[in-house]
Parts: sequence; C-alpha cells; structure tokens
Amino acid sequence: MRRVVITGAGTINPLGSDMPSTLLAMQEGRCGIGPLEIADVDRLAIQIGGQIKGYDEGAHFNRQQIALYDRFTQFALLAAREAIGQSGLTFSGELADQSGVIFGTSGGGLNTQDENYRAVYEAGKNRVHPFIVPRLMNNAAASHVSIEWNLRGPTFTVATACASSNHAMGQAFNMVRSGMAKVMVTGGSEAMLCFGGIKAWEGLRVMSRDACRPFSATRSGMVQGEGAAVFVFEDYEHARARGAEILCEVAGFAMSSDACDIVTPSKQGAARAIGGALKDAKLPKDSVGYINAHGTGTAANDKTECAAVADVFGAHADQLMMSSTKSMHGHLIGGTGAVELIACIMALRDGIIAPTIGYEEADPECALDVVPNVAREAQVDVALSNAFAFGGLNAVIALRKH
Amino acid sequence: MSIKDQVIAIIAEQAMLEPSDIQMENTLEDIGIDSLGLVESIFAIEETFDISVPFNANDPTAGDFDISSVAAIVAAVEKLKSEQAA
Repeated sequence: MRRVVITGAGTINPLGSDMPSTLLAMQEGRCGIGPLEIADVDRLAIQIGGQIKGYDEGAHFNRQQIALYDRFTQFALLAAREAIGQSGLTFSGELADQSGVIFGTSGGGLNTQDENYRAVYEAGKNRVHPFIVPRLMNNAAASHVSIEWNLRGPTFTVATACASSNHAMGQAFNMVRSGMAKVMVTGGSEAMLCFGGIKAWEGLRVMSRDACRPFSATRSGMVQGEGAAVFVFEDYEHARARGAEILCEVAGFAMSSDACDIVTPSKQGAARAIGGALKDAKLPKDSVGYINAHGTGTAANDKTECAAVADVFGAHADQLMMSSTKSMHGHLIGGTGAVELIACIMALRDGIIAPTIGYEEADPECALDVVPNVAREAQVDVALSNAFAFGGLNAVIALRKH
Repeated sequence: MSIKDQVIAIIAEQAMLEPSDIQMENTLEDIGIDSLGLVESIFAIEETFDISVPFNANDPTAGDFDISSVAAIVAAVEKLKSEQAA
C-alpha cells in the first residue's frame, strides 16, 4: 500500500475565488450567504443562498468554451487550475496515463437543464443549442479537466447527493494507495442555485429562510451554496522524489449505507463510517483533534451527527473540536465535502480551526465543542471530514498532518 | 365535500387506510404517517385548498399549524381558509 498526500488545492466558492481568500474568510468567520440573485427569485419561498457573487464567466472562458461549460464545469476548471498549478505537475507520457480525475456532483449541469426547459416549455421554442447534452451531463466537469490537463487514466463522476465529493475523493485516495494511479485530481463541484434547483429543495421543507445555524438551538434549516474545490492526490514517493510541497496526508477513508430511510439519517450508519475511517487509517480515536461536521443546520442531521460522534469517541468527544463551515458557505450538495476539506487542511497546516458561525444558543443534544462563531488556534494532528447523504450514504475522510 | 372530509381523505390516502378508519382524535403517528408522509400530506392540503401552510420540518411544533391530531389539522385548515376568504 502506498501513502497518499495532497500536493495541490484550489477552489471557488461563496467565501472566495481561490484558496488564499477562502482561508482568510474561514479564519475571519465571514458569512458568504446572502440574498439570491437569480431569475424568478420572487416566486421562491427561500430567497437566500451561498451564491458566488460578481462571477463573470466571460473573464475566464471564451465564447466557444462557454457553449460547452455549464456553471458547475466552469467552477471545476477554475478550482483545478489553481490546484494543479500549485502542485507544479504537468502530465505527459506515462504519468498522464497513470493520472485521472474523479469528481463529485449531484446536480451536474442543472443550470443548463433549467434554462433549456424554460426555453422549450415556457418560451415554447422547438429548438435548443446543439451542445445541451454534453453541457448538462454529470461527467462534463471531470471530462473537461481531463481534456485540459491531459489526464488520461481513470476518470469518472460520483453522484451520491450530499456525500458525492467525499465518495469521489475516497475513490481517488484508494486508487493512488493501491498503485492503480500515480496522481488523481479530485474533489467536487455544484451549481444548483437556479429556480428549479431551489424550488425542488423548498418542497422538503427543511430550508431556512434566514441563515444556516448548525448545532444552535435556534437553527432553522439548511441553506444551499455553490462552487467547487479540487485537490491533487499524489503518491507520496512520487511527490517526495520531485520535491513537491505537501499540504497533508490522506490517511484513511470509509463509507457505509444506513440501509434504512431515504431521507432520515441514522446514527449507526454515520458512526460506522466515522469509526471505519479511523480504522482504515490505523489511527487511535484520541488522535483526532478536529472534525469538519456534515452539520447541515437541520434538526435531523445535527442531533444524529453529534450522537454518532459521541458514540464513536466516548470521553474523547469532549476533547475534540467539531465545526460546520456550512454556516459560512452554505451546503454545496455534491461539492460540499470538497470545500469542507479545505477547513481540515487549514486545521492541520495552519493550526487554525474554522468556526461554526451563527451560533446563538446551546442545544443539549449537540453538546460538543462546535467552535462557536470565532476561529481558534490549535495544534491538530488528525482531522476528519464527515458527509452523510440523502439515501443514507455516508463517507468520511481522515487526514493527517505531514 | 366539506373541508373536514377532504382533509380526512388526504390523510387516509397517505396512511393507506379507508377514510372511515380515520378518527378525529387520531394522531398522525397512530395511523402510521411518518415525517415524509406528513410533508406529503401538507403538500396535498396546500394543493387542494390553494393555501400556504406554515410548516418547517426542522421544528414541526414551531409554526402556527397544529398537527397534533386529525381534528387539529382540520381546524387549522379551516382557519387558513377563513383567513383567505377574509
């Protein structure tokens, strides 16, 4: 088994258009959630989201590219550019064949679908642009990153709702660990903030109209966000041989299925994934200093997640920190685990724990140290990132300081 | 059909029971309606009566809409309809 390290990171999300600005926002506990600026927002009951404001696709891509790149593909390409740039890797010959892309997304090209359903159903048009299918398909982002950087090995997309990114990064980790690939570009992307994308979520009645306040007794539900984060997972020996800067080590990964209910989470399923990731990483429970929570801000998630962490860690649950950065960037659905991994890397590398902002009042069922409202300095050796999806699918990644 | 009969029909369909099996004092739990069934029932009530029901699944007891029994739901729908008429 090979060791796997992260040698590049990139992002665009509601907190910033690159890694430095995102890290700064997380340190400052800034909120990237605000009024949505989308078509027909007046017909929505939920009018807030973690939207990337002031985004100009024309500043990054030409007209031909935009014809092929849905918003979620654009975000993935921008994040990949930063991540691969930082890694210093170029892909040719054998390395290109041994390197691939695995991304998570849930909605894929949902804006493309939304716009074109409007065109044919609302505007009554009988013709759509010829590239609608390659633009909306869920694997478009992974394929375009593969094309752009000549990544010719295993490349595909994982769609497991809110756990998509963690499942994707878990696969990438295991491919490098097993020797199947030398380098995997991985993470996730989501752009679901369109009329149809929000209207569908409204139906479930779990959305907040004002803010995302995970673990706070005053929580009122989840808030959607958009964006992408991409990482370069590399064989440790390969990275060391070329003198690459190593951000941290990917130590373990586990996944589980609740096999229970399509929307209600299960404590046992979550606990099996958390405990499984530590077992896979061969790390003792008391080595964990920080958990980036799934922390959606719904009663069902927050109570179940805290109970699962308490079950897995026992007395050590009171010693570790667990924050939900969704309070700042919203829930990026299929891209959320990727953006949240940034907070884990910051904890390990910079010794700064991102806070759970919007925290107002303690909930006795969420009695953990959720790093309320203000970031904290702390030395952390091991960090976990939780993701628990609708469908009862759980995926947890363990990172170790390098 | 009265509001009461329509609400009972919606709840009975969700519970996969005959309307005659639904008692006014029943709770939703009594007749086997879980949280998903509740959200679906509220959707059907909104569509049937053209009203907007204040209900957040994160805290079902927080809103004005009393769901503690079939009778309470009927009364809440009647109130919303009368407010709409006013």
